[in-house]
Amino acid sequence: MKHTLQQIFRSPKFVVGFSIFAAIVLIVIVYPIFITDPPLGIIGQGTFFPPGIYVSAYDSLGSPKYILNLSDAATKRIAAKLGDQERTDIHDWLVADGIPESEIDIHDTEKLLEQWAQNYDPNKKVQGMTFAKQRYYQRLDTSLKGLLSTEGAIIAQKNPETGALEESSMIKQADYVNVSEVASVRFLPFGTDNFGRDVLTELVAATRTSLQIGLVAGLVATLIGLTLGLLAGYVGGMVDDVINFITNLFIVIPSFVLLILISYSVGQEQRGPFLVATVIGLTAWPWTARAVRAQVISLRNRDHVNLSKLSGHSIVHIILTDILPYIASYVIMALILQISSGILAEAGLSILGLGPKTTETPTLGLMMNWAMIYQAHIQGRWWAYFPVLMTIALITFSMNLMNTGLDQVFNPALRD
Amino acid sequence: MPSEKQICLNTSGLTKIYGFGANRTIAVDHVDLKLYEGEVVSIVGESGSGKTTLAKMLLGLISSSEGDIYFQGVKRDISSQKKKQEYWKNIQAIFQDPFSSYNIFNKIDSVLLDCIHMRGGRNLPREKKVEMMTEACSFVNLKFEELTNKYPFELSGGQMQRLMIARIFLLKPKILLADEPTSMIDACSRATILDMLMQLRKEIGMTVIFITHDIGLAYYVSDTVYIMEHGRFVEFGTADEVILHPREPYTQRLINDVPKIYEEWDLTTV
Repeated sequence: MKHTLQQIFRSPKFVVGFSIFAAIVLIVIVYPIFITDPPLGIIGQGTFFPPGIYVSAYDSLGSPKYILNLSDAATKRIAAKLGDQERTDIHDWLVADGIPESEIDIHDTEKLLEQWAQNYDPNKKVQGMTFAKQRYYQRLDTSLKGLLSTEGAIIAQKNPETGALEESSMIKQADYVNVSEVASVRFLPFGTDNFGRDVLTELVAATRTSLQIGLVAGLVATLIGLTLGLLAGYVGGMVDDVINFITNLFIVIPSFVLLILISYSVGQEQRGPFLVATVIGLTAWPWTARAVRAQVISLRNRDHVNLSKLSGHSIVHIILTDILPYIASYVIMALILQISSGILAEAGLSILGLGPKTTETPTLGLMMNWAMIYQAHIQGRWWAYFPVLMTIALITFSMNLMNTGLDQVFNPALRD
Repeated sequence: MPSEKQICLNTSGLTKIYGFGANRTIAVDHVDLKLYEGEVVSIVGESGSGKTTLAKMLLGLISSSEGDIYFQGVKRDISSQKKKQEYWKNIQAIFQDPFSSYNIFNKIDSVLLDCIHMRGGRNLPREKKVEMMTEACSFVNLKFEELTNKYPFELSGGQMQRLMIARIFLLKPKILLADEPTSMIDACSRATILDMLMQLRKEIGMTVIFITHDIGLAYYVSDTVYIMEHGRFVEFGTADEVILHPREPYTQRLINDVPKIYEEWDLTTV
């Protein structure tokens, strides 16, 4: 036993797979200890905030100011508002307005802005321009106002008695705040999702639920498959025929279709994560049953089983002590595969909207479902679905890797 | 051959057919076997002649297609687990391959304890059980103190097969079915194991059925020899009759197939 464990942990494939899996499990356990926000708590007003560090604009006004004279600050400020795309758009408008092309130099910022300020008229109708494009030029015009100013900005507060604005402070262009001194900063590594929830917190909670679903589904499937396989293989005869018939029946019916039908008929209200897990388990057992049956048939005529019979042991005793230990390694491998396929099956079901109830717990599949419904993939909001995809891929990859590693330990013919 | 000639085990028209249709194979074909108490019987035949199938039927590990088995004149009844256990108190076996005969997850102690329990010693005090196991091990020249808490695969093939004999020593069955017990053992250990078996037979008065392909071995140990070909007994009689004066060509071939070196030895010793 100790020797086998040593061998397992010397298999590089198993170790890599196990490390990835252990890291995922560790994050799932440790993360909620530090970030105690509810996973489905809505923090963002709006959809799909991009990943990044969010600094409170109001708090940064009150933070200590430091003056840094950076030579490239102005260039960066202009580039952020007036990129290549904007310059080309301005060029197009000016050309449409009748300015000869030779007079426009899009690389000369000052001249370009001067021409723009002189010629742009928000009410002017340009032939063939869509309404959306007109609105875009209006927004562009607003954002360009005061771009070349070297003055700072004045902060004014409303006097509660008179209602008049009173200047409270002035922010110069060279003023900086230190992020660590701003009272409220929130790091959102994966931004927010369509409901304005923190994707990372949600993802951790979803991984936890999905792992639980996979574990329950895998255990249910393995338990049913193991019991039926042992009975069919060892008892044989009529029992074998009946169990084989049922197993073949389940193999012929595509289990995913069965899964969809059962999930649908159970109804939205009753579908908790564990019910979905059980349903997945109930449709996934046939392959385990088949494989176990084949293994048991090859074992049941071995001499040690005959000797155990001659020693007067009962069928249950023989199955538990003379058959089960011999196939234990195989059953563990089947369990790992069943867990990973359980996670995949849940994701598949949830994408179709047949997963667990949507209001209580997130699962990996549900996050994909939400991202898909709110068109994250069309809008290019990769942070709403790509981390979920990666998590699913990593979990199944690590489990398959562990499985291959175990296979090589238990089956020396497969060692490289 | 013993004088009282009490029949211990006999079969009438015992047949085993595997498969059906085109795959139908008759492994054992209407075999009539008579086994007297205290006798040593050899069943000799090539690979695939149905020896092991016959042995498994006699042991009750597989069912027969046709024919009956009578134990001490009464038709054998192994319809329930309890009756099977009762039957297996009387008939035990040693298998060909010692390496696959043991459950690799069970310790040697549990193998021997099973035998004591089967003989109704489940409630004996621990010291008494250890004493019985030590006695059984010393009978086969093994030291129980060295074996306790070891696993069978830590022993050599010869030691494992000797442990099998220790098992029989504890069980004291009426009939022992030895299915090629020495074919996987090296030549040096072979004689020791055979001697132990014969000594054990004398001590507890067992009837022994030897299943072997080695006609020399059959001659060495047995009172009666049955020659088996394609599931049938083609010739049987006392060892001297069958081996020194074979009637069937099959028997002659089996005898001729024994390596010539034996013959040369025989010549030099005569």
